[in-house]
Amino acid sequence: MAGFNKVVNSYEEAMAGLTDDMTIIAGGFGLCGIPENLIAEIKRKGTKGLTLVSNNCGVDDFGLGVLLPNRQIKKIVASYVGENAEFERQMMSGELEVELTPQGTLAEKMRAGGAGIPAFYTATGVGTLVAEGKDERTFNGREYILEEAITSDFAIVKAWKADKFGNLVFRKTARNFNPLAATAGKVTVVEVEEIVEPGELDPDEIHTPGIYVNRLIQGTFEKRIEQRTTRTLGE
Amino acid sequence: MALSREQIAQRVARELKDGYYVNLGIGIPTLVANFVPEGIDVMLQSENGLLGMGQFPTEETIDADLINAGKQTVTMATGASIFDSAESFAMIRGGHVDLTVLGAFEVDVNGNIASYMIPGKLIKGMGGAMDLVAGADNIIVTMTHASKHGVSKLLNQCSLPLTGKGCIKKVLTDLAFIEIKDGKFHLLERAPGVSVEEIIKLTAGELVVSENIPEMQF
Repeated sequence: MAGFNKVVNSYEEAMAGLTDDMTIIAGGFGLCGIPENLIAEIKRKGTKGLTLVSNNCGVDDFGLGVLLPNRQIKKIVASYVGENAEFERQMMSGELEVELTPQGTLAEKMRAGGAGIPAFYTATGVGTLVAEGKDERTFNGREYILEEAITSDFAIVKAWKADKFGNLVFRKTARNFNPLAATAGKVTVVEVEEIVEPGELDPDEIHTPGIYVNRLIQGTFEKRIEQRTTRTLGE
Repeated sequence: MALSREQIAQRVARELKDGYYVNLGIGIPTLVANFVPEGIDVMLQSENGLLGMGQFPTEETIDADLINAGKQTVTMATGASIFDSAESFAMIRGGHVDLTVLGAFEVDVNGNIASYMIPGKLIKGMGGAMDLVAGADNIIVTMTHASKHGVSKLLNQCSLPLTGKGCIKKVLTDLAFIEIKDGKFHLLERAPGVSVEEIIKLTAGELVVSENIPEMQF
């Protein structure tokens, strides 16, 4: 690796240094924009005791769900986990610790973590189970709770295109949590569909600057669709 | 007759105003998009990061990178924009969305809403619902008035874990359009052919009924 070139040549190299009991922040919403090959590499490595921070936990045989059968996940911080039978089983039996976090709060926790802000006040969750044990404060007559930022040992991210310096462009709603995850990892690993030479991306159109990215790899993607919904022409 | 899912959506759609940015939840709220009144333009916000959600794609235009918050494949309307999840909830939390429509298990006379968890039974998570109810000023809850067994979902106090506290002002059920203020339900309209007595019977929380409650017209 030379200078600002972030490109690595194998998934093994991409996830090198990941060890048991680490925390990983993962981008993606449902199965859209998930770093599917990086997840597959974590499964292959067999790393255990992981704390995963991600909006969802995949489905039984795809996405983060593939880490469940071998009990690689100790705890998950997520907003919605309903699509996954093994997940529900492990959660109900107490094998898997789940911290349900409102979606906007989860996004802001990542953003704050990456931006060096340790905590923030939000009205989301006031008067609910989410508020339990958290500081409450009133501003302008309205109640807010204090939510702490999240950072992680690793962030795993899926982008559309990158240049070799790790400048990233996302595509459509596959962006979701990915730019936020990218800022919040001690080691941020990004997989993309295409890597181009520095200078080929228009600087005005870069969503995530390369400063946040440590490792970059080009992959091929299944991009499975969770709810395939169509109309017939003329409808 | 109780309203159908489509009629609930149709009645909600009459609350839309030209130029509204609207977030529609999963289920009945999604159907509201099919009943936008003639001559009114609204833009749909999907909290996974899309403002200007279009209709479902055809088999030819389906794109795995373009979904809505219900994880369904969608398209983009003219003038759409894409953003990350923090930006999406900045819009929501910051009060920039004009109307939010979402479902619920229960609401109560103090505007509390329970919609995400049945302890020991259903624990899927709140998704964006807690942010939506905390951030929006203008919310319409759509739900059935009572369970299949006739147990009211409009209560003096929610029994399930809350999604939000004191944030709901309007509820449209299959039987009635109800406003919440001053710690009471107020009956505004009733479904065609549904009597006030029937609504009173199926409303567990305190309900204020004035004279001459109009029937909804379809």
